[in-house]
Amino acid sequence: MAFPHRLDAPELPDFSMLKRLARDQLIYLLEQLPGKKDLFIEADLMSPLDRIANVSILKQHEVDKLYKVENKPVLSSNEQLCFLVRPRIKNMRYIASLVNADKVAGRTRKYKVIFSPQKFYACEMVLEEEGIYGDVSCDEWAFSLLPLDVDLLSMELPEFFRDYFLEGDQRWINTVAQALHLLSTLYGPFPNCYGIGRCAKMAYELWRKLEEEEDGETKGRRPEIGHIFLLDRDVDFVTALCSQVVYEGLVDDTFRIKCGSVDFGPEVTSSDKSLKVLLNAEDKVFHEIRNEHFSNVFGFLSQKARNLQAQYDRRRGMDIKQMKNFVSQELKGLKQEHRLLSLHIGACESIMKKKTKQDFQELIKTEHALLEGFNIRESTSYIEEHIDRQVSPIESLRLMCLLSITENGLIPKDYRSLKTQYLQSYGPEHLLTFSNLRRAGLLTEQGPGDTLTAVESKVSKLVTDKAAGKITDAFSSLAKRSNFRAISKKLNLIPRVDGEYDLKVPRDMAYVFSGAYVPLSCRIIEQVLERRSWQGLDEVVRLLNCGDFAFTDMTKEDKASSESLRLILVVFLGGCTFSEISALRFLGREKGYRFIFLTTAVTNSARLMEAMSEVKA
Amino acid sequence: MDCYTANWNPLGDSAFYRKYELYSMDWDLKEELRDCLVAAAPYGGPIALLRNPWRKEKAASVRPVLDIYSASGMPLASLLWKSGPVVSLGWSAEEELLCVQEDGAVLVYGLHGDFRRHFSMGNEVLQNRVLDARVFHTEFGSGVAILTGAHRFTLSANVGDLKLRRMPEVPGLQSAPSCWTVLCQDRVAHILLAVGPDLYLLDHAACSAVTLPGLAPGVSSFLQMAVSFTYRHLALFTDTGYIWMGTASLKEKLCEFNCNIRAAPKQMVWCSRPRSKERAVVVAWERRLMVVGDASESIQYKQLTIQVLLDRLVLRRLYPLAIQICEYLRLPEVQGVSRILAHWACYKVQQKDVSDEDVARAINQKLGDTPGVSYSDIAARAYGCGRTELAIKLLEYEPRSGEQVPLLLKMKRSKLALSKAIESGDTDLVFTVLLHLKNELNRGDFFMTLRNQPMALSLYRQFCKHQELETLKDLYNQDDNHQELGSFHIRASYAAEERIEGRVAALQTAADAFYKAKNEFAAKATEDQMRLLRLQRRLEDELGGQFLDLSLHDTVTTLILGGHNKRAEQLARDFRIPDKRLWWLKLTALADLEDWEELEKFSKSKKSPIGYLPFVEICIKQHNKYEAKKYASRVGPEQKVKALLLVGDVAQAADVAIEHRNEAELSLVLSHCTGATDGATADKIQRARAQAQKK
Repeated sequence: MAFPHRLDAPELPDFSMLKRLARDQLIYLLEQLPGKKDLFIEADLMSPLDRIANVSILKQHEVDKLYKVENKPVLSSNEQLCFLVRPRIKNMRYIASLVNADKVAGRTRKYKVIFSPQKFYACEMVLEEEGIYGDVSCDEWAFSLLPLDVDLLSMELPEFFRDYFLEGDQRWINTVAQALHLLSTLYGPFPNCYGIGRCAKMAYELWRKLEEEEDGETKGRRPEIGHIFLLDRDVDFVTALCSQVVYEGLVDDTFRIKCGSVDFGPEVTSSDKSLKVLLNAEDKVFHEIRNEHFSNVFGFLSQKARNLQAQYDRRRGMDIKQMKNFVSQELKGLKQEHRLLSLHIGACESIMKKKTKQDFQELIKTEHALLEGFNIRESTSYIEEHIDRQVSPIESLRLMCLLSITENGLIPKDYRSLKTQYLQSYGPEHLLTFSNLRRAGLLTEQGPGDTLTAVESKVSKLVTDKAAGKITDAFSSLAKRSNFRAISKKLNLIPRVDGEYDLKVPRDMAYVFSGAYVPLSCRIIEQVLERRSWQGLDEVVRLLNCGDFAFTDMTKEDKASSESLRLILVVFLGGCTFSEISALRFLGREKGYRFIFLTTAVTNSARLMEAMSEVKA
Repeated sequence: MDCYTANWNPLGDSAFYRKYELYSMDWDLKEELRDCLVAAAPYGGPIALLRNPWRKEKAASVRPVLDIYSASGMPLASLLWKSGPVVSLGWSAEEELLCVQEDGAVLVYGLHGDFRRHFSMGNEVLQNRVLDARVFHTEFGSGVAILTGAHRFTLSANVGDLKLRRMPEVPGLQSAPSCWTVLCQDRVAHILLAVGPDLYLLDHAACSAVTLPGLAPGVSSFLQMAVSFTYRHLALFTDTGYIWMGTASLKEKLCEFNCNIRAAPKQMVWCSRPRSKERAVVVAWERRLMVVGDASESIQYKQLTIQVLLDRLVLRRLYPLAIQICEYLRLPEVQGVSRILAHWACYKVQQKDVSDEDVARAINQKLGDTPGVSYSDIAARAYGCGRTELAIKLLEYEPRSGEQVPLLLKMKRSKLALSKAIESGDTDLVFTVLLHLKNELNRGDFFMTLRNQPMALSLYRQFCKHQELETLKDLYNQDDNHQELGSFHIRASYAAEERIEGRVAALQTAADAFYKAKNEFAAKATEDQMRLLRLQRRLEDELGGQFLDLSLHDTVTTLILGGHNKRAEQLARDFRIPDKRLWWLKLTALADLEDWEELEKFSKSKKSPIGYLPFVEICIKQHNKYEAKKYASRVGPEQKVKALLLVGDVAQAADVAIEHRNEAELSLVLSHCTGATDGATADKIQRARAQAQKK
């Protein structure tokens, strides 16, 4: 189990440096406001902050009390207030209301706003409009890369997805470019760059500009990471919309992993308390099962439990000296393993309770049917029933989107009726949700005569026009034809199975979806890495509507060691799922690569759908 | 060669000095120096001479000439003074000549006699005229201090960033002080002045009397004072012929010297060589020069750095020499050659007789894409000289589009600035330009501009969504974007409006917009919602309870749960709820109520459109196996096995599966066979399987 890496697999760079950098910078910023101060932290920043600097470090630098930024009256009596926030207008208004309330009360305090990861001009504008620009001092905490694991860096910017792919807001692209620049200054230049997607291209070009401006800094450095691959989430929505069945993905879908840790409730811990558990390579039990198909996990864990018992049992027949040795050296490790083991067994049971039911099997069956493109009518009725029964608003949306993308849009009749049913179940505000989904290309209607190749070429022309920014809303859904079926055929995403797919000994990346489907994103990466270019993939690129946004850039640097050339940084713009991570880890083991993941945030189908949903406040 | 010490002369007991000529002045002076205002720039900079005709009783009819020479007397510029009477001249640290006029106006010239700008020292100075003025240097730049006819001081510590300070009054000051100087301490400029036997120190806030430590008694007046270049030392000459030398902080005396001359000296200055421990004051009378020194503490002069040296060369337009020095010193391009070339280009754009095209081409030819050259800086200079077109041409050579933006904005080419900002990918820059545009253009034009720039538009929309909702609406209106307008009003119907009438009205506006957008689906859905809202309000009035804002489905469910079956039916008909949904809904609601009787009645009302398996499932979910069994028998053949298994009838399930000869069903049943109780059933299945395989 838990496939070991090949012996020649390259070592991963040490990313803990990023944490130290972030911590030092934060401390520096806190010290800029000498003396005791209360710190107001935006909710979304709390978990990432905790991974960088815990409460005692904050206290050491004279942070007195910690508050969450929320719409509640502030009780702080401190003379100095420091705000640690994302650059959002709503935060500015919060700070303004607080400062203005102080002004009315005739109170003077010192205020400092620390924006993370950067300050936006619009925020300063709002501070000015609210009349407090002169009262606060502003700073930036350029903390944009949180190492969640040895091979996973997260920007912890879940809003990237909605901001860019729905609102067309490009502000965060600069943040991505800065993060890449930081990586290249710390870990040397990347000799080979590939990318696909409009955002990927923009981020890449901005990053290049940054490197040129600071010419010479990375020059002459030996590259540690041989390849970088940038990929837009909208290149592959399908994979992100599928139910996850590898353990880590399933834990994320079921319990929601937040910033690398998960809250296991009483049903898992089999006590009356919830427990926050850090999930990463340091958890030896988790490390062995995280990438496994769920069907193997339980068996593995019980085997593990038996082994553990056997180790405990060795105590019998030990003499005093051996026993002393055992207690001092092994027992602690065994106990730790025991604790982790029972947690993961608890989690498994809880997942099984939820997922092994009939419903889940049916759901997976429907998903596979959609991916493979058969029984479309049946799947459509399944989805309709799902909506009618109010099973789950988010799940229903997800299935509708999956149907739309795999089928190149819904036929007009279904488009209307599914939406009608959904509105009846969940309320009229979702009219806006549907408008969002349409704009993002997630849920669209088939246009008449779309199948003609002539139209297809017209479509790709429209996409080019879009690059020039001239496309109108009316065409956008047309332009975002997913062409999934054709792409799937070209890239062989649905493996032909003779007999049972052995999930214990997977033969390809499809194992992360029970052998039914190779994640498109991962397949693209595999193909490009194999060719070291997009050559021969023209048709796929065209079908992905990425004609102008697939790029390769190789520097003729022969400084790269063969080891570094087997290290690949994959950048997901708009989020990646644990299934994709598992699939690429598998690919890495097969080919002797190591993948490093950089994502704007770890995501899953529910998060994507929630980002698109309109909620009544 | 024979005697090195031949030309050294003794100075005091332990020191010697010698005099030799470094170079001779090239100038050919027509005036006597004594009749001129003279200013020599520090660090061997240029010398300015202005014959001072205003000091004479009768003003001469001829205009005076302002001559500028290099330190070695090479003429650099000569111009006729056409302005008002000048009181004082001084060079700034940037080698700009500051000419302080009697009316408080300060005219600024470059070292080639080119007029740069002028500024005024304020109304008070204008009214009371300038009696005396000093140009002084601080670490921030160069300042000007003025003594007015009303015996008040006004100063600006940095003429580059003009902030005028009027110093406090000196109590009882009736006439001009006998001497004064500017002191700089702790980054603040003070004025030290002498009135009779008293010394006063003026700062921004107060005037305080000060004394000199260790000053010999008997002084009734100070005739001259001098502060050293670094503001660390001070020397005063008293009417008793006594020179006091000490620190400028007035805390310490360094030495004193009685020269026995009681006449006021013409000039007194500090002098000493860089790094020399010997500090000395040179005092000059009409025909006598005296050097007074002490040797105790080292002084470090700030040396000219190589950068400043290059700047000086550039200022003298000695570009080739500067470049040679850079190359000789192997300075990095960015600090060296590129910078010199950029300066040359800035000079070039001032040549008004050359056409825009030629200047731009010449500059580009010479500079190419040398690293470190900022075309936007050069363009800014061109714009400063009034050559907007040239500036735009030069900007085109600027590779970093972001750098072009500030100047374009300044030149009011905001639309061009917008596209350049977008090109740069810097959204903050785009936003800055947007706000410029918003103030500069009328609303209509502003929106039109946005329309062609989707990236800027979405940025602005995002801002409006949070900060200016009304503008957002206007934006959509302007674009005839009825779809978005519809969405806008939908959101308003539940986010902004509270009263039901307001909400319905918002929805009506939304529906109208959707019709205009030819989105009939959304329009109809919105109209349905208006109906539902009104109905929910009525339900609340008539039945009590909470109905508003429930979805249609939940409204019907709530009615059933409340026992209002008739109303529920009516609602379902009115809103054309499909049968399937209604059956699911009723099934769930009745099971929740555990109203098994009603459920059974319902199940028999007509043939179920969702089959009967859901009935079985929901009864099991409510732990009512008895009821579940009732429905299991009615489940269609396809789902029969599942139903039987649900109610726990494994044996019958096996029979059905065997009858169906369905392998999947067989294994399903088998998986439900547990140990002892179902042993027989399991065997039965195995036998059936074996038989099936034989065939």
